Amino acid sequence: MIARFEVRRRDYLAPDGSANRPLPAFATDAKLLVGLYRAMVLLRHFDRKAVALQRTGRLGTYAVSLGQEAVSVGMASAMQEEDVLVPSYRDNGALIWRGVKLEEILLFWGGDERGNDFSGPVHDFPFCVPVGSQAPHAAGVAYALKLRKEPRVAVCMFGDGATSKGDVYEAMNFAGAHKLPIVFVAVNNQWAISVPLRLQTGAETLAQKAIAAGFTGEQVDGNDVVALRAAAAEAIAAARGGKGPRFIEAVTYRLGDHTTSDDASRYRSAEEVQAHWKQEPIARLRSYLVRQKMWSKADEEQLAAECHERIEAAVERYLATPPRRPETMFDHLYADLPEAYAVQRRELSGEHDD
Amino acid sequence: MTEMTLVEAINLALGRAMEDDPAVVVLGEDIGVDGGVFRATVGLQKRFGSERVLDTPLAELLIGGLCVGMAAQGLKPVGEIQFMGFIYPCLDQLVNHASRMRNRTRGRLTCPMVLRTPHGAGIRAPEHHSESTEAMLAHIPGLRVVMPSSPERAYGLLLAAVRDPDPVVFLEPTRLYRAAKGEVEDNGEALPLDRAFVLREGRDVTLISWGAVLKETMAAADALSAEGIAAEVIDLATLKPYDENTVLSSVAKTGRCVIVHEAARTGGFGAEIAATIAERGLSSLLAPVTRVSGYDTVIPMARLEQHYMPSVERITTATRKVCQFS
Repeated sequence: MIARFEVRRRDYLAPDGSANRPLPAFATDAKLLVGLYRAMVLLRHFDRKAVALQRTGRLGTYAVSLGQEAVSVGMASAMQEEDVLVPSYRDNGALIWRGVKLEEILLFWGGDERGNDFSGPVHDFPFCVPVGSQAPHAAGVAYALKLRKEPRVAVCMFGDGATSKGDVYEAMNFAGAHKLPIVFVAVNNQWAISVPLRLQTGAETLAQKAIAAGFTGEQVDGNDVVALRAAAAEAIAAARGGKGPRFIEAVTYRLGDHTTSDDASRYRSAEEVQAHWKQEPIARLRSYLVRQKMWSKADEEQLAAECHERIEAAVERYLATPPRRPETMFDHLYADLPEAYAVQRRELSGEHDD
Repeated sequence: MTEMTLVEAINLALGRAMEDDPAVVVLGEDIGVDGGVFRATVGLQKRFGSERVLDTPLAELLIGGLCVGMAAQGLKPVGEIQFMGFIYPCLDQLVNHASRMRNRTRGRLTCPMVLRTPHGAGIRAPEHHSESTEAMLAHIPGLRVVMPSSPERAYGLLLAAVRDPDPVVFLEPTRLYRAAKGEVEDNGEALPLDRAFVLREGRDVTLISWGAVLKETMAAADALSAEGIAAEVIDLATLKPYDENTVLSSVAKTGRCVIVHEAARTGGFGAEIAATIAERGLSSLLAPVTRVSGYDTVIPMARLEQHYMPSVERITTATRKVCQFS
């Protein structure tokens, strides 16, 4: 025996909202805990509205976060503003937490690149559609941060399917070799469209993939936002402190379809989904908050009304955003548009050279 | 002015770029201690340290992706892919990210990076080391594709590529690394991108080429000159976006055009130039535009590669035919 490894699993809140063990110190801060809850509820309301918009032809294909709200919110809540989020396409919740406007997210899913021009934080990466291809970016970001000796951290999020790609391993391998300030987060929602985890990998956990890259991987109950935030805070602090990368496997479940173009009932049973509804993160935290007298029915009603108002206002701004003129597709092709393409731009705008 | 080889000019430009701008970072396989398999980065790690001259793991996708991440964070990465045959794993990064980061974020994030790689056959290298798939790269919106053909242009164009605010793929003609020699002054002056260079003026026919095969193209022009055919020779230098105006005004003058490239014929960049001339220069044509190219085959290994590449003879034969067309 020349090496031995272990993979830790972290959870605090049981599915019924009772505490498995003493919660971390931050959980005594009612404002913080309620803030996490509010963010998850906002995301769920937002998802519902986005799907309704898509079904009525006012939004393009949309990827819902239903059931995995805790991951996005838990991770983002442990980041500093100056840290760099490198998200996948399903990390709306993290972006919203970090200040991206709801109407910007709608614009992106509504087919308008201006949605990726976040008003803040301006250094965060846009939604990444090719699965896992953002992981090397995060490694590049982390390298730049380390080179400039900035106490900032890159947080890279991707799904369980992405862990099958070389991109993710190449990024992790490099991050491990250079002890980069980066946290990799595998959002294990157990389905990569129709392919279940057991066909995705022969490994017992995704967290153990970090071992091959030379750093620690931890499995976290991804439906427990307290556990997520605790793991994220620890990993981010370690990365910020020069201790190198960490890997968090957040075990959750995609209660919805892959996207609005998908029908998950084709490949998984209603019983399975039903069973996972009993694990979901929002009801879980609500039960805990209610038990702790941090939350009431009146609070819930008020929150629902606030979410409704905020989302409706964003939808209104989104729908009122005038379309770009067609020739603006050339506007950010290069810093300065080469003459060869300026001709095409004029052609599209109806101006003619001849 | 010092006489040097093309690869020495590359090295000189990299050193100058790193000296001038502390954000410039050079990365790739074997580029540090080893100085690159062709020695393009020799001495740089000693001068600038292993953080700025970074030996990466053997992972081309990673090199492309790291460049994207570094560039979005304000560094100016210059990645090296050891041979063009190994560029394919990082095409995803070039097509989906590097070339469109500016566009998809409406300018919020940009990707000022350079990806250097040796290009082309003729050095008796192993399989997969002699690729010339520049047309594939030139097809990607948002990229620049640049290929020098002399030490002077290698120095000036590489400096321009590093200073460019957008991603540039810099293809270095492997066959010329040591074969091309010329005077280069380390004056920090860049040459313009997106511009073709007229290497030789002539009235009878326009020969357009880029990279290593310009050597044969120039030799062909010499041979034709002895026969009384005055060929104008254009080094396209930047393929994306390419300088249509220089091409069209030359063809307007000569009325005849032969395009010479090492890459396979079908869908090669020569087809793009021929199409431009057909669309915008047809009235000045006195003969069909003709291509002298590699064949639509896999680039053969060492024993046959010289038969694949355009030779002086193939170029002169094709050009005579074009000049005799009436």
